[in-house]
Amino acid sequence: MSLKYITPAERFKKYLPKDYVELVDYGPFGKTQEEAGPGNMGQFKELVEEHPMCSGCWMAYYIRLIFASLPNPEDTVTLGTAGCGRLAISQAAVPFIYGNYGDQNAMASGLTRAFRLRFPDKTKDVITIAGDGGTMDIGFSMTMHSWIRGEKFTTIMLDNEVYGNTGGQSSGMSPQGAILKMAPKGKDFGKMPATELARAAGCVYTVRMSPTNIKKAAKIIRRAIFVAREVGPTFIHAYTSCNIEYSIPTHEVFADAKAQEKDRFTFEEYMTDEAKEVIERVEAEEKAARMARKAQKTEAVN
Amino acid sequence: MSPNPEKKLEKTLVDINYLLKEAPREKHFITGAQAMAEAVKRASVDMAIAYPITPQSEVMHLVGDIYAQGHIKEYYRAEEELGTMSAIAGAARAGVRLFTATSGPGLLRGLEAIVSWPGHRVPAVLGILTRVINAPLSIQPDNIEMAYMMHCGAVMLHAENQQDTFDFTLAAFAIAEKVDVYIPVAVATEGFFVTHAKGYVEMTPEDMALNEFDPVAAPVPAMDNETPPARIQRDAPVQKSNFMSYLIHAVWQQEIWDSNKRAMKYIYEYLGGPIEVKNPESEVFLIASGCAAAQAREAWRYAQEAGLSVGLIKVRAIRPFPIDEIRDAVKNAKSIIVPEHNIIGWLCKEVKAAIPNGGIVTEGPRVYGGMTLPVELIMKEIHNSLGLEYDLKL
Repeated sequence: MSLKYITPAERFKKYLPKDYVELVDYGPFGKTQEEAGPGNMGQFKELVEEHPMCSGCWMAYYIRLIFASLPNPEDTVTLGTAGCGRLAISQAAVPFIYGNYGDQNAMASGLTRAFRLRFPDKTKDVITIAGDGGTMDIGFSMTMHSWIRGEKFTTIMLDNEVYGNTGGQSSGMSPQGAILKMAPKGKDFGKMPATELARAAGCVYTVRMSPTNIKKAAKIIRRAIFVAREVGPTFIHAYTSCNIEYSIPTHEVFADAKAQEKDRFTFEEYMTDEAKEVIERVEAEEKAARMARKAQKTEAVN
Repeated sequence: MSPNPEKKLEKTLVDINYLLKEAPREKHFITGAQAMAEAVKRASVDMAIAYPITPQSEVMHLVGDIYAQGHIKEYYRAEEELGTMSAIAGAARAGVRLFTATSGPGLLRGLEAIVSWPGHRVPAVLGILTRVINAPLSIQPDNIEMAYMMHCGAVMLHAENQQDTFDFTLAAFAIAEKVDVYIPVAVATEGFFVTHAKGYVEMTPEDMALNEFDPVAAPVPAMDNETPPARIQRDAPVQKSNFMSYLIHAVWQQEIWDSNKRAMKYIYEYLGGPIEVKNPESEVFLIASGCAAAQAREAWRYAQEAGLSVGLIKVRAIRPFPIDEIRDAVKNAKSIIVPEHNIIGWLCKEVKAAIPNGGIVTEGPRVYGGMTLPVELIMKEIHNSLGLEYDLKL
C-alpha cells in the first residue's frame, strides 16, 4: 500500500505541485541505494531539499544523509522534538511527528507498538532524530526507558554540543570548560557518556561518530535501522557541529568535523551477537542483489 | 512486551447505541475502579499504557489483567506520566484505540502531553481518578485537578458513582472517535469515594463489545503510510513566518474548541444530556457534579421530606459546559447552591459565568483536602437561602 498511496493517478498528475510529481517520478521511493542513495545525491529528487538551516550547518548535511540512506522511505516515520534538527526534518517528504519537549522516544514507543499490532507482517521503520538537549537532557528519562524496555526503533542524536535553537546554552553534551550561555564561567562537568549509557540501558547496536565519510555514515544509519527492526533499540551518536555558537568559520566546518574524529568523537561501533547476525545477513543479501543487477546489466550490454 | 492476537476472544461487536441503550444488563456490586476497567473490557481497546499513582493504580492493574486475559492487544507500564501520555500521543498516530488513567499529581506531570492531545487530534480516553494536588502531600480525593484540565480543549465528563463511571467510560470512546469531534475525552470521578467503594452497576454482557476502531474514519488520517491522503507534517512547529504562525495556531485552536462544542450532541445521544434536573420549578437549586452531586442528591431527598422548594441539577459534562441548559433550568430560581470537593470552586465559577444573575449563587459549601462532604452543610445553605433557621450538628 505504501508506495501506492504516494503515487497519484496518472490523470491527476498535471494538477499536483511539480515538486510532488518529481518526488514520485525521480525520488527514492521504491528505489535501491545505487539508484537513489548517498552515493549519487544531487542526481535524484531528495526527500529533504529545502530547509531553513544556517549557512555551513553540518547538521543539515547529516539530516540529508539520513534521508538519503533510508532503506524503506515509503514506510518510514520520523519523530523529533524542539531544536534545530526538526527545522529540516519537518521539511522532508516522510511523515514527521512532533510532540512536546524531549518526548520523541516515548512517542516512538507507543507508535512502534501500535504499528506492530496493526501491521504484524509489514516493516514500518520508526526513527527518532533529536538533538543533544532533546535526547540526553529534557528527554533523558524517556530516552533511557525506551532503551531499557527494548523498544524496537532507532534513536539518532544530532550532537552539536549546545542548545542551538534557543540561542546557545550549555547542554549535558557540551564539553567541560565550554563557555556558553547559562555556563558563563565555563561548563563545570564533562560530556555525558551517551553511548555507554545506551549500552548499559540495553541498546543492541551503538555508534559514536563524526560523519565525515558519506559511505560509512550511510552504512551505519542503515545498520541501525535493520537491527532495530529485528533485535532491539539502536543508537547513533553523531557529531553535527554548530558553526554559529562555536564560531567555526563556514569553510572550516568540515575540517572541524575531521578534527573531532580524533578528539571527542573517535569512531566507536558496538553490536551484540544477534545484531551482528542481522547486519551480516542483510549486507550479504544486499551485496548478492547488487551483483545480480550488475550481471543483468552486463548481459544486456552483451 | 508483545501484542497478543493469539488470544483473540470471540465477541459480538455492536455499535455504541445498542451497547449503551439496548444490550441486556446484569446487576453487579463492584468498585468504581472495577466499573472503569469493566467498561474498558467492553470497548475493544487496542492498547493501554499504565503508570501507578494512588488512587488510580487499581484501575490500570485491572486493565492489565484484562490485557492478560486477551481483551486488549497491547499494554505496558511506562516510565512515568509524561512518558505515558506521550506514548499515547505516538500510538494515536498509528490509528489505534487507546486508554490510560491517572490521578492528581500524575495528571499534572502528564499535563504537558495531555494538553497537546486535542491539537494533535488524539481521540484517546483518559480516566481521571481525583486526588489532592500537593502541597502538603495527601492521597485524598479532592478534585481540584479538574480545573487544570478544563482549558485544553478535551471533553470532560464527571461521574457521580460506579454506574456513571461504567457508562461514561464506554460512551467516551464513541464520543472521542466521532469524525466531527476527534479529541480526547476525560472521564473523571473521585478517588476512593468511587474508586475504592462498591456500588451497584448494571453491566452489559462480557462477550459483547464496541465495534473496532476505524482508523480511516478520521478528520486527519493515521500517519501509517497506508491511509491516503499522505499525512506528511511539513511544518509541525508552524514557523514559516509570524503571520502564518498566528493564523494557523489560531484557526487550529478554534477548530479544537468547535470540536469540543460538537461533542454536546453525542452527550445528549449517549448519556441523555449534559445535566439531570429534578424539580424544575423550585426556588432553590443545588448544582453539583461527581461525588458532590451524590451528596447534593441526598440533601435534595431530605429537602423533599421536609417539603422545601428545592431542585437538583447534576452536571455530567464539564466540557463542553452546558451553559444554555443551566441558564434555562435556573431562569426562575431565587438562589443556587454549589457544593464542591475543592477549595477554589471551579464549578461555582462556571455556573456564575453561565447565568445573567450570578449574585444568586452561594459560594459553597466546599470541602477540600479530600474530606467527605456532610449533607448537613448543604442543608444549612438550603435553609439559609429560604430564610429558615437550621441547627447545624456535624
